[in-house]
Amino acid sequence: MSLGGQWYLALSMVVFAIGALGLLIRRNVLVMFMCVELMLNAANIAFVTFARMLNDIGGQALVFFVLVVAAAEVVVGLGIVVAIFRRRRSTTADDLHMLKG
Amino acid sequence: MSVLVGLLAPVLGVASTIDKITFAIAASIVIIGAIGVVMSRNPVHAALMLVMTLFGVAVLFVAQQANFLAAVQVIVYAGAIVVLFLFVIMFLGVDREEDIGEEPLRFQRPLAIVLVLLTVAGLLLVGINTKWAVGAHSVAGPAAGQPGGDVEALGRSVFTTYLFPFEATAALLVIAVVGAVVLARRPKAPVPDEEPVRATAAEPADDAEEVAQ
Repeated sequence: MSLGGQWYLALSMVVFAIGALGLLIRRNVLVMFMCVELMLNAANIAFVTFARMLNDIGGQALVFFVLVVAAAEVVVGLGIVVAIFRRRRSTTADDLHMLKG
Repeated sequence: MSVLVGLLAPVLGVASTIDKITFAIAASIVIIGAIGVVMSRNPVHAALMLVMTLFGVAVLFVAQQANFLAAVQVIVYAGAIVVLFLFVIMFLGVDREEDIGEEPLRFQRPLAIVLVLLTVAGLLLVGINTKWAVGAHSVAGPAAGQPGGDVEALGRSVFTTYLFPFEATAALLVIAVVGAVVLARRPKAPVPDEEPVRATAAEPADDAEEVAQ
């Protein structure tokens, strides 16, 4: 029999926390994007776990949509990074303070 | 996977031992990769650590009978998204070490750690105080015990119950592609209040652009 769902949920929580921490402390925009991917993957683990625990395919369908949204987000985000890099020669979030009040 | 479990079950006693070992290995791979993404100085190493994490997550999906999602995880994430990351890193030439030891904002790291710990504490509280896996089932149907396995069940639910979200994601992808193309396009004519000749758009133009802003 499969392992209890609480282990997977705990792992999901840990991965989400690591991703959130990286998003808060890293300054390289590319690494910050990777941390967002980590957080999305943590959510995916939780969705698949709930799909198994509840015996409901809806959780897996949601993971499918999360994948699509992650792909779209990365495409647009990296496009913005490339566009900013052309003007500022930098991928550090601290250099992008043009919008600061 | 199940064949392997069936073969090894008499040797190791119960089948759940295999599940425990699988989970332990995959979970440690996932966590080591996640820590590597956050801690590595070089963005290329961070991207490779992300691949490691994604493979571990795919193993966890297989362990939970989500075979189709495991395949999609490897193909889309490791095959497309991380390649896109690496492509942008190499394209911009930012694949060098950066100094992550220094801390420009004084209280950023302690504050970040405190905030994350608060989040984890909140999640733990919810997890302990709530009875998981209760409530009404969705209308999408059961996951296990379907004739065609999880692939057929997932396909049926995506193309019937979740047809409208599926179409919406199609629109989302088209919008993302159009947005990426618009962002990546170089402006043909120079912007009026910049210099009329934009030089070679290589390194010498940088200083001029900085001044023009």
